[in-house]
Amino acid sequence: MTVTLPVAMLAELFPNGISHYAIGGLFVGLGVAVIYLGTGIAAGASTFLESTLSYGSSLSRFQRYRPSRDWRVVFTLGIVAGAAVYALAFQDGLWTTDVQWWRLLLGGVLIGIGTRVGKGCTSGHGVCGVGSVSSASFVGVMTFLLIAIGTAQLVQAAGVSP
Amino acid sequence: MSADHEQHRLFLPLVFVGGLIFGFGLGFSQMAQPEVVLSFLQFEDFGLLFVMFGAAVVTGITFFGVKQLRSTAPLTGAVYGRRLKTLDKNVVIGGGIFGVGWGLSGICPGAAYASLGIGNYAILWGIAGMFIGAYIQGFWRSTRADHGLPAATAD
Repeated sequence: MTVTLPVAMLAELFPNGISHYAIGGLFVGLGVAVIYLGTGIAAGASTFLESTLSYGSSLSRFQRYRPSRDWRVVFTLGIVAGAAVYALAFQDGLWTTDVQWWRLLLGGVLIGIGTRVGKGCTSGHGVCGVGSVSSASFVGVMTFLLIAIGTAQLVQAAGVSP
Repeated sequence: MSADHEQHRLFLPLVFVGGLIFGFGLGFSQMAQPEVVLSFLQFEDFGLLFVMFGAAVVTGITFFGVKQLRSTAPLTGAVYGRRLKTLDKNVVIGGGIFGVGWGLSGICPGAAYASLGIGNYAILWGIAGMFIGAYIQGFWRSTRADHGLPAATAD
């Protein structure tokens, strides 16, 4: 009993195990580390949204990211390609989501606003910022994590699925 | 990084390789699937904690470790620093808006790009939404700044 109880609890908390999560996380961190070691840049994923808008908009808010916009496009293309390498090696054909289009679109709009106002996303605050022991990033992560948990549970309770 | 800086020929290839490893990790961790993120937020599977903390630990060791060996990056000459932002009310307001979007959709920027890589073309709805949202806040903040109003501080 003293041995099986923790094991049963672990199985309940992690029904799909932890190895692919942990290994995937190590790769995510390694990707950030490679760029940082070579360039000194702590790369987050969401500045790409504004820096890419600078190609088509003269708004000052986007033009300030002009110096970094080219490498941010390259970084994003790398992310897409890396996930494609994973899919080719381990996945059976294309994978598509069942989450409804309006959830993706509306969620995307809020994410686009929130990440830029809040100075970072899950990679900028969550990985680079936490890795930097930044108090702003700890506050950012705790805020969006708690609000996201509340939102996801409300949406589920309202019967929206998937 | 300065725009005038003569760019090292390995700069863009290195950024691409870093992105490749980053995207592979997001695919391997299943975080590129919105359903997996939602199952975490709904307390059905806590495995996602290992993705975020695993990545942050590797990053943290790198950020603090490299400074013991050298002070500037070989490809840019930039001084190795930490990613520090000013903590103000924008961090909380923006984080809150981000959280509602993340909880509604199960996607975030990096994972959305990776999701495209695993063939999830429906994610284009989400990526289009992110650009619209980024444009809305950029339009608002640029307009306020141009009129000399107290615009939200730069990050």
